[in-house]
Amino acid sequence: MDASQDQFAIRVRDLVVGFGRQTVLDHLSLDVRRGEILGLVGASGGGKSVLMRTIIGLIPRRSGTIEVMGQPTGGHGRGAATTWGILFQQGALFSSLTVRQNVQFPLRENLVLSQELMDEIAIAKLEMVGLRAQDADKYPAELSGGMTKRVALARALALDPPILFLDEPTSGLDPIAAGDFDVLIKTLQRTLGLTVFMVTHDLASLTTVCNRVAALADGKIVAIGPMRELLQSEHPWVRAYFHGKRSQMLQHEMR
Amino acid sequence: MNHEPLLLATPSGDVLNLRPEGPWTAANVVTLETLSRSVGADVDRSRVVTLDMSGVSALDTLGAWVLEKLSRRAASSGRPAQFVGVADHYSGLMEEVRQVNRHTPAPAAAPNPVLARLGDLGKSTVGAREDVAIFLQMLGALFMAVIGVLRRPRSLRLTSLVYQLYRIGWQAIPIVALITFLIGAIIAQQGFFHFRRFGAESYTVDMVGILVLRELGVLIVAIMVAGRSGSAYTAELGSMKMREEIDALSTMGLDPVDVLILPRVAALIIALPILTFIGSIAALYGGGLVAQFYGDMGPAIYIERLHEAISVTHFEVGILKAPFMALVIGIVACSEGLRVKGSAESLGRQTTTSVVKSIFLVIVLDGLFAVFFASIGM
Repeated sequence: MDASQDQFAIRVRDLVVGFGRQTVLDHLSLDVRRGEILGLVGASGGGKSVLMRTIIGLIPRRSGTIEVMGQPTGGHGRGAATTWGILFQQGALFSSLTVRQNVQFPLRENLVLSQELMDEIAIAKLEMVGLRAQDADKYPAELSGGMTKRVALARALALDPPILFLDEPTSGLDPIAAGDFDVLIKTLQRTLGLTVFMVTHDLASLTTVCNRVAALADGKIVAIGPMRELLQSEHPWVRAYFHGKRSQMLQHEMR
Repeated sequence: MNHEPLLLATPSGDVLNLRPEGPWTAANVVTLETLSRSVGADVDRSRVVTLDMSGVSALDTLGAWVLEKLSRRAASSGRPAQFVGVADHYSGLMEEVRQVNRHTPAPAAAPNPVLARLGDLGKSTVGAREDVAIFLQMLGALFMAVIGVLRRPRSLRLTSLVYQLYRIGWQAIPIVALITFLIGAIIAQQGFFHFRRFGAESYTVDMVGILVLRELGVLIVAIMVAGRSGSAYTAELGSMKMREEIDALSTMGLDPVDVLILPRVAALIIALPILTFIGSIAALYGGGLVAQFYGDMGPAIYIERLHEAISVTHFEVGILKAPFMALVIGIVACSEGLRVKGSAESLGRQTTTSVVKSIFLVIVLDGLFAVFFASIGM
C-alpha cells in the first residue's frame, strides 16, 4: 500500500449506476480523504443516496471501481460491519430488540466476547452518543426522533469502524437537536479518528461540520472542496443551490 | 511489529507497571479479555498501578474500555492507576472512556415467579374485558354509520364497497369452491365406507346434505374468509394506522368508520352468504361425484335422495348464520387493525390475533346458533 492510496478512505472511479434505461450516476469519480468529514449535496432524487448505497454495496453498479481503505469492494469477503457503520435516514433500528440489544447486535454477530463486556461496551457507546444507561432497555417505538438517531449512531459505531456513512443525519430533527447532533458527529469524528461520508441538505451542517463538500448534479460530481470554494463555484446548479433565496437567507442569518 | 496484543506486567515491590502492547482493538477481543483477567489479581495486590500506553499500536473504544476497567479496578480499592505515555491521537478517546459507565442503574429485581404469573392472569382478565368493550364500541360505531347511510344514501362509499366485494367475494370463489368440494367428497367417502358395513349406504346422502347445508358449508367458508380476508383487513388498516393515513382522514373531517370500515364489513356481510351458497353447492357436487364413482350411486338417485333428505329449512339454517359470522369477522379484523401501534412487530401480532380471535368467535357463534335453532325447532 503506497502513500497516495493510504491517504484516501474511499476512492470511486468512473462509476456508472442505472435502473432500467435510466442512468443515475454517469462516470462519477470521487475521493474521500482519511479523517475528513465529506458532505454530499445534490437534488432530491439526483442520486445522492444511490451513490452512498452503491459504495456500501446495496445497489449493483454497471461499471467503475470502488476502493474502500485501499481494498476494492465487490466481493463479500471481509466483514462489512468492521469497515463501515451506516446511519440510515429513519434509523433502521430493529424494532423487536431493545436499544441495548440493537447496539450489541453487531458485536454479538462479529466477535466472541463475554456478556459482561458486551453490556459495558453497549452502555459506553450509548453514553458516548449522549444517551443515558436508563434508556438502554427501551424499545425503538418508545424513542423520540433524536434519540432514535443517536441509538442508530451508537449501533453504527459499535465495532469502531474507520468509516461512517450518514444519510441525512439531521433531517426530521429540530434545529437545536440538529445542532447538537452536528457537534456530536464532530466530537466522535475527532475522538475515534473517523472518516465521515455525509449525505445532507442541511446548510448549517455543511458549514459547521464538513471539511469538504461535494456537489452531485447530472450524475457527476460537479464541484468539490471546502464550503467557501463551493460558494464561489460557477456551475449553474451549484449556484442555484447555494445562492437560491432560501440558502441566501440562511447564510445571511449565519453571518 | 507484532499483530497480537500483549500486556506486560512488571511488579516491583508495591508498584505494578502494566505495559499494553500491540493492537488493542475489537478484533482481538478474546485475547484482550484473557489478558485483563490474568493481571486482575496483581492489580488487586499492588499499591500503585501505572499503565504505560506507549507500546499500543492501535486502540479503539473496546480496547480503551478494557484498560479503563483495569484502572477502575485499581481505583476501587483506593489506589488510582496512572496512565502514562498516551499518544496524542488516543488521548481524546481515553478521556471519553473515562466518563462512561459511571452511573449504571441497579438492575431491576427479578419478580417473584408466582406473583408474575398471577399478574399476567390479572392483566389478561382486564384485557379480555377491554376486548369486549372494543367489540361493542365497533358494533355501535358501525350501527351509527349504517343509520347515517340510511339517512343519506349518497354517503355510502359505493366504489369502495364494490371493490371490496370484488376482492373478498369474487376473487375468493375458486379457492372456496375447491376446498368445500374436497370436504364434501371426503365426507361422502367416509359415509359410504362406514355405513356400508351395516347396509345403510343410502343414508350417506342424508348425512352429506344435512351436514353441509346446516353446519360445514358456512363454517368452512367463514373460517377461510377469516384467514383470507380478515387478515388482509387487519394488515391494511394496521399499516394505514402506522403511516398516519387514518389520522389524516380524521383531520379532513371524515370518519374512518364511514370511509374504511363500513364498506369492508358490508362487503363481508354481502359476500359471505353468497360464498356459503357456492361452497355448499360445491360440497354437494363433490359428494355426488364420490357417490357415483365410489358408492355406485348414479346422479339421478343421488339427487332423488337429496331431495327427500333435505328441506329448505336446512338451507335456511346455514345461510342465516353467514351474515352474523361475517359481522363478527369484520368487526374483529377492523378493530384489531386499528389497535396496531408503530412497529412492524405489532402489525404482525395484531394480524395473528385477528385471525385467531375471529375463527374462535365464529365457532362459538356457530355453537350458540345450534342451541338456538334446536330450541325453536328448526
